[in-house]
Amino acid sequence: MVDISYQNDVVTALLYGEIDHHIAPKIRNAIDIKCETHRPKMLTLDFSGVTFMDSSGVGLVMGRYRCISLLGGRLEVIHIPENIRKVFSLSGLESLGVLK
Amino acid sequence: MNIINQMKLSFVSKSVNESFARASVAAFVLPLDPTVSELSDIRTAVSEAVTNCIVHAYPDKKGIITLTAKLTDQRKLIVTIRDKGKGIEDIDKAMEPLFTTSTDERAGLGFAVMQSFMDKVRVRSEISKGTAVTLEKYISSSDDQR
Repeated sequence: MVDISYQNDVVTALLYGEIDHHIAPKIRNAIDIKCETHRPKMLTLDFSGVTFMDSSGVGLVMGRYRCISLLGGRLEVIHIPENIRKVFSLSGLESLGVLK
Repeated sequence: MNIINQMKLSFVSKSVNESFARASVAAFVLPLDPTVSELSDIRTAVSEAVTNCIVHAYPDKKGIITLTAKLTDQRKLIVTIRDKGKGIEDIDKAMEPLFTTSTDERAGLGFAVMQSFMDKVRVRSEISKGTAVTLEKYISSSDDQR
């Protein structure tokens, strides 16, 4: 699901497995608790271990973008597998410049 | 066009069943030897349709979702996901990208994903009676360019 770490003003969430409507709220809560505790300058979502994602993952990223922006930080999404980038491509998230 | 195989599943509208539904359809289509990309598209589209039933058709109580899948002799997969929930008031509006009636971080992309990842999407719905979403996708053969 997700492993979260904090170092040098950066919260890094290493996501793995499948992200759907069942799993997304659990990941969301874990990340939000960490961000509210540390108020980082950067939230990094690392998708390298994600094997499946539907549009629930898009909602998850959009929500974290709003959340970290309110805390004064920035978001980046890294290591996006090709089949998952296809879902993101429908979302308009590319225009925010957060997908690396 | 002849049906060469078919299956039917009924399950409760619990979110834990989203992975069960998409994995079942993926297993059903495997004998046609789909590409990794085709399989990923099918799993994603099925997940969206089943999630719509759970979030929108049965928002306040659990109900039954019925999924049927058929394979034709022309290598077409036809999946129908039915519910007996509240129905969709305005199907055209529901299918607009980024439109959602949900307040819980839904991206409003469910139908956009289905339409983009499958060859054909049909929606029939009646208020208080339910909704049926039919997804179709042609599975390429090893003779096709992959």
